[in-house]
Amino acid sequence: MPEEGMEDNKEGEERPKWNNKAEYLLTCIGFAVGLGNVWRFPYLCQIYGGGAFLIPYLIALVFQGLPLLYLELAIGQRLRMGSIGVWNSISPYLGGVGVASMLVSFCVSLFYNTIVAWVLWYLFNSFQEPLPWSQCPLNHNNTGYVEECVESTPVNYFWYRQTLNITPNMETSGSLQWWMVVSLATAWSIVYICFVRGIETIGKAVYVTATFPYLVLTIFLVRALTLPGAYEGLIYLFTPDWEILKNPQVWLDAATQIFFSLSVAFGGLISFSSYNSQKNNCEKDAVLVGVINSATSIYASIPIFAILGFKAHTNYVTCLNGNILALTNEFDISDMNITVENYEQWFDSLNGTHPSRVSDLKLKTCDLQTFLDQSASGTGLAFIVFTEAVISMPGSQVWAVLFFIMLFSLGLSSMFGNLEGILTPLHDLKLVPKWMPNELFTAIICLLLFLMALIFCLGSGNYWLEIFNSYVGSVPFLIIAFFEIIAVAYIYGIGRFSDDLEFMTGHRPNIFWKVCWLVISPLMLFVVLVAYVAVQAQTPPTYAAWNPDYVNFPNTEVLPYPDWVFAICVLLSSVPVISIPLVAIYRLICCMSGRHSKDSLHNNPNPYANEDYVVELLL
Amino acid sequence: MRCLRMLVRILVLLYLAGAPALAQTLCQPNASNGYRVRISIKTALGNQAYEWNENEMFLFRATMAFAMRRYYKTETYNVDNIIVCNQTRRVSFWFVVISPENPTMLIPKADVEKAVSMSRHRINNAFLLTDRTLEFLGIYPTLAEPVNPDTPPWLIVFGVVIGAVFAGIIALLVSSLLQKRRKEKGMMEDGQDEEDRQMKGVENGINLDGIYNRGFTDDDRFTKL
Repeated sequence: MPEEGMEDNKEGEERPKWNNKAEYLLTCIGFAVGLGNVWRFPYLCQIYGGGAFLIPYLIALVFQGLPLLYLELAIGQRLRMGSIGVWNSISPYLGGVGVASMLVSFCVSLFYNTIVAWVLWYLFNSFQEPLPWSQCPLNHNNTGYVEECVESTPVNYFWYRQTLNITPNMETSGSLQWWMVVSLATAWSIVYICFVRGIETIGKAVYVTATFPYLVLTIFLVRALTLPGAYEGLIYLFTPDWEILKNPQVWLDAATQIFFSLSVAFGGLISFSSYNSQKNNCEKDAVLVGVINSATSIYASIPIFAILGFKAHTNYVTCLNGNILALTNEFDISDMNITVENYEQWFDSLNGTHPSRVSDLKLKTCDLQTFLDQSASGTGLAFIVFTEAVISMPGSQVWAVLFFIMLFSLGLSSMFGNLEGILTPLHDLKLVPKWMPNELFTAIICLLLFLMALIFCLGSGNYWLEIFNSYVGSVPFLIIAFFEIIAVAYIYGIGRFSDDLEFMTGHRPNIFWKVCWLVISPLMLFVVLVAYVAVQAQTPPTYAAWNPDYVNFPNTEVLPYPDWVFAICVLLSSVPVISIPLVAIYRLICCMSGRHSKDSLHNNPNPYANEDYVVELLL
Repeated sequence: MRCLRMLVRILVLLYLAGAPALAQTLCQPNASNGYRVRISIKTALGNQAYEWNENEMFLFRATMAFAMRRYYKTETYNVDNIIVCNQTRRVSFWFVVISPENPTMLIPKADVEKAVSMSRHRINNAFLLTDRTLEFLGIYPTLAEPVNPDTPPWLIVFGVVIGAVFAGIIALLVSSLLQKRRKEKGMMEDGQDEEDRQMKGVENGINLDGIYNRGFTDDDRFTKL
């Protein structure tokens, strides 16, 4: 039975507490609901047969996501420490899991806040008339538009040249882009101001950052449904293609999506729940957070796809109008006699009477389906596709500002969890000198992260960010989560864990949770991990480079990673997780050498020596 | 005498009758010194589109005469100097400009282009059209100068945001510093009371303060004999 003494910390210092339950829940929801809910889930839904994708997604949520979530919230709340302290308590040999969590949170914070900095850059630029990505700038002597912009599109040019100033390949690093450094400094300053007083200020900030995205999504939903082409986009998104369920790739992507979406294995959720009182029903919290996260994903895809449908419709009409103009000019037909509606009839009659002249015009084939198929995910969706759609909407500045503030709120609330996963373990490891106030320590960590993130402000920064995203933000998490669940289910013991849960929530976990923790979730995690690594190993390590001198510009050039870059990729994947076996070996060595010194103690047993007492408490 | 006068009158009449015919031959599609004009009224104005008729054509010739006057800075050009031909229902037509001094001489293409470019804005506005809907094929519209403000707008927004954030950080740091000082002052005053109580505590023989250390068992006081 757990002793009452576990309520207080060993130093007698009071652990910070949440002001109320709402702040805690909003922080967890804000951490889980991030940019991926808006720009990854709708894309997956679209390419994997619309409504049919929901089936593997919900299955993965119920059997993998919710048990992991419940597990993390429960151990954080019970053991009242950050990730390193928690895993040290469960088993000293598995303390490496906490270290790995912290290292991975560190790496993710680096590139995630850079994305937030990009969002801020676009937000600052949305306060202009006309929007800077709506037209090409003039070249030096004002004779024409910049060639790179004319060959691609103004939106692409603004993203690749005026925002990133991207280099043609990874070997060329380019220089620091000062406007990016400025945006990055703003992003880190805003993160710092929310972290100044720890969860006291975070708890206030999440009232805005966690709720504002829903408001904006609703506004976009109402606006988007009134735009032409919205229904085509929605039908395209949600039309289920049941055949796709036979493809194992779909199940793999659903499992990875739910896993990364819930932000488990960061250590942030453990830290947040450690500030709770122990008598809190974390089962309800876990189910609530998981369900709201998935519901947000589904809710967000509706306005996103309505707007993408509108964009496809606009592109289709523009394409047709180009053809109509060509035909009108060639055959001197009265202005506006050919319209979008009767284009087909006119085309057929003209092609019948003057086929050679019509073919000389080189008319484009305009197909709405092709435009709908041009989907994108990630930064491509937000900074290229969506910005293009916004230009065509009346009142573009308002929609651009709203959209980027929403992305900013989503990114900021996720950054809270990322940074918390670094700060709390460092506090619990007592690596903070006594004389240093918390505010100064947080400032030092933020400054350190800002300086390290300056690599993403170089010309080749986007390529490095993609590497971090694919190699750090994927396999290490799967490994950490797998060890987490094995540690709690088998090493800590499901019986002891059920006792703890009974102490906290008032009732023992039912058979569903036990079966999931013992069998289903570890198995699913293992299968997903192996399959993911296998798929990654099969795809050649290449990246898409933006090279204006490329033959097929504006298509991106597919280049292989240089060897030294590939070595860095492998290091990024393995170094965080290498701490798990390293710490285990270290503890093993310490324990074996420690046993020799302990034998001398046992010769003169002193029942009042505190070390024995401490040993009894932990094991 | 009378015969001479009649001859002169016949010659003048012939000349006057022949002049337009001569002028018509000057205006041909693909003429070397002519330009083709293409007008899309319905595209530009939609519901408020006006119909293209002879009056509108008269206005066009008058505007072109205006453009030539403005370019050469003379007042010799008239509506008659602008010849129009080959009108289609698109609406498109060809036009040439003849010199007011010599009706058989055409103004060169380059000069006409410069005149049109100089007064393009006025010509467009006369017809409520734009560069795209009133096309002079071969004369490219000069690109609009982009509005370049002295300070880029994004810097202004950034300045406001970063100023607010730094002000907030300083405010929060100062307030937490003040809070800590207040706590320390409070604890120092409590510390005085604690010392007094500790003196009394020792007298009673029971330690009331501090954390009860369960590591120590009480049987230490009474040794087993």
